Amino acid sequence: MDATTRILGGAFCALALLAGAGTAAAQSAKEVYVYNWSDYIDLGILDDFTRETGIQVIYDVYDSNDTLETKLMAGKTGYDVVVPTSPFLAREIKAGVIATLDKAKLPNLKHMDPSIMQRMAAYDPGNAHSVVYLWGTTGIGYNVKKVAERMKDAPVNSLSLIFDPAIVSKFKDCGVMMLDAADEVIPAALRYLGLNPDAKDAETIARAEAVLMKVRPHVRKFHSSQYIEDLANGRICIAFGWSGDVVQAKTRAADAKKSVEVAYGVPKEGALMWFDSFAIPADAPNKDHAHAFINYMMKPEVIARASNAVFYPNANKDADPFVSAEVKEDKSIYPPPDVVKTLFTITPYDQQSQRVLTRAWTRVKRGK
Amino acid sequence: MSGAGRRLLIAAAAAWLAFVVLAPFLIVLKISFAEVMQGRPPFTPLFAWAEGALLPSLRASLANYALLLSDSLYLDSYLSSLRLAALATLSALVIGLPMAHAMARAPQRWRPALLVFAVLPFWSSSLIRVYAWIGILNDDGPFNALLLWLGVIARPLAILNTDIGIVSGLVYSYLPFMVLPLYASLERIDPALLEAASDLGCRPAGAFFKITLPLALPGIIAGCLLVFIPAVGEFVVPDLMGGSDTLMIGKTLWTEFFNNRDWPLASAASVLLILLLVGPIVVLERQGSKRAEERS
Repeated sequence: MDATTRILGGAFCALALLAGAGTAAAQSAKEVYVYNWSDYIDLGILDDFTRETGIQVIYDVYDSNDTLETKLMAGKTGYDVVVPTSPFLAREIKAGVIATLDKAKLPNLKHMDPSIMQRMAAYDPGNAHSVVYLWGTTGIGYNVKKVAERMKDAPVNSLSLIFDPAIVSKFKDCGVMMLDAADEVIPAALRYLGLNPDAKDAETIARAEAVLMKVRPHVRKFHSSQYIEDLANGRICIAFGWSGDVVQAKTRAADAKKSVEVAYGVPKEGALMWFDSFAIPADAPNKDHAHAFINYMMKPEVIARASNAVFYPNANKDADPFVSAEVKEDKSIYPPPDVVKTLFTITPYDQQSQRVLTRAWTRVKRGK
Repeated sequence: MSGAGRRLLIAAAAAWLAFVVLAPFLIVLKISFAEVMQGRPPFTPLFAWAEGALLPSLRASLANYALLLSDSLYLDSYLSSLRLAALATLSALVIGLPMAHAMARAPQRWRPALLVFAVLPFWSSSLIRVYAWIGILNDDGPFNALLLWLGVIARPLAILNTDIGIVSGLVYSYLPFMVLPLYASLERIDPALLEAASDLGCRPAGAFFKITLPLALPGIIAGCLLVFIPAVGEFVVPDLMGGSDTLMIGKTLWTEFFNNRDWPLASAASVLLILLLVGPIVVLERQGSKRAEERS
């Protein structure tokens, strides 16, 4: 084995020389580290913020709440602003990893829509730790032409499109994708069954699992960001995903002029409504800059620009005049009041129910 | 080299290994005996100081290991990872051996350039290269377009989101790790040995199996280990190129860590993975040194 060891050593030396060492960026005094969802802002906003305040924005992205929460729990993320979704934020506040906001540094709070902030207070009592950035629903994105080709009068505004094996099987050949997020898909399956989507007990979750198991053979992949590209390119027919992401796919498809038409439907059975909120980690190094950033994002014209770019509604009551008509009038982005009434929210899972949920989800993904 | 200098060098290497290998492993080992807890960090401390006690009491739990062994999910993940990694290693060897052989037999002045070409892909981010492969292997990508154009297939092959997709990604990502040690051992073989074989009436194929292959064996073992070990624990390739139904231990670890937030169980699973990988290497090492002793 001696010769093997020598050769291993040689190979490593060669690789080490070729790899080259990374260099740490020089630390500048005024910066804010923002960790946000992927495809979730107009990057021009960040440049304008720097121009106005002199604070550099270092911007990173993720595509799952789980990634963010694990980093927060490990501590010392180095991030100053994070954007967790409502139930996750509630759990993170309880674990003590989120700082209390200094509202004196957030004068633009006056622009926030009290009705949405009140809904959010169910997760963050008194809105002490967070400011709603954008919100949305989880529903069905579909390729209009390909779905119509395979089924006349397909129930595109119903959960049966994805949870009824007799219907979803018609679309297997052109591709069905679902979010890889147990806490989005399982509540929807419970809603489809007419059960409480917020149920946490093992028996009820098992009933959702049974529904998903029957449609599993017709689902190509579970993934939480890939479906935007795949819908836009016509590689898949149906995606169970987030409202604004589907509308992004629709816009990308229109821009590419590939004759792919994408649409979004809020299921008539009711869809999950969620809020993504700005929050500051308890150990954030630049809390003042974080407040400045959050305050800047509450300017009506700034937040409207974000809505216009990513197609999610904001929670700013003064921003409407700055939101483009195309976005404001799109019912898949801003659901009308009668649809809002059907939307539901869920509470956080505790350790025990989270394990039950994740195991059910792993079985569904494997298909056994 | 003087005795003192030698000892100093060995001490430096040992300190480095203790710092980058042993210390992280001990931390993971420690967490694997803890229990999950809501908070930061999300697990219970291993030692608890009771009021007035001189020594801390140990609170180690074997529950995580018991769960790993009792639940088929983890065993299936390990087996499926080993199977896919073995398949990838074998494929890399089959592709890498002719490549390395050609490089070692190329004219002397070409060799540095060929060596650079072999490692050139490392100059760009591995993630970018995996994404490039997604584009190439897509249903409407150039690979399927070529096969369709040639008339080899009637409809696009589904390669992405299958086990073949994972193996292709692994082979591509780790091929240079196979080629480099193979090249290093093949290049060292004295051409005179092959000439002698030919003079004595041995056909080239026979000479390859009787002379080249045995002499290249250390390189083959090194290459296989360098590909197999990282491939078993790989996360990015199965996540991006594999299907949702393929279990690999890297993904299972991710799920435990990120979805269940169960650091202790994730730690226990990685301790088992390390044992699983270190075991065969120790056996190989023992056999190798025994053979070396017999020879001398």
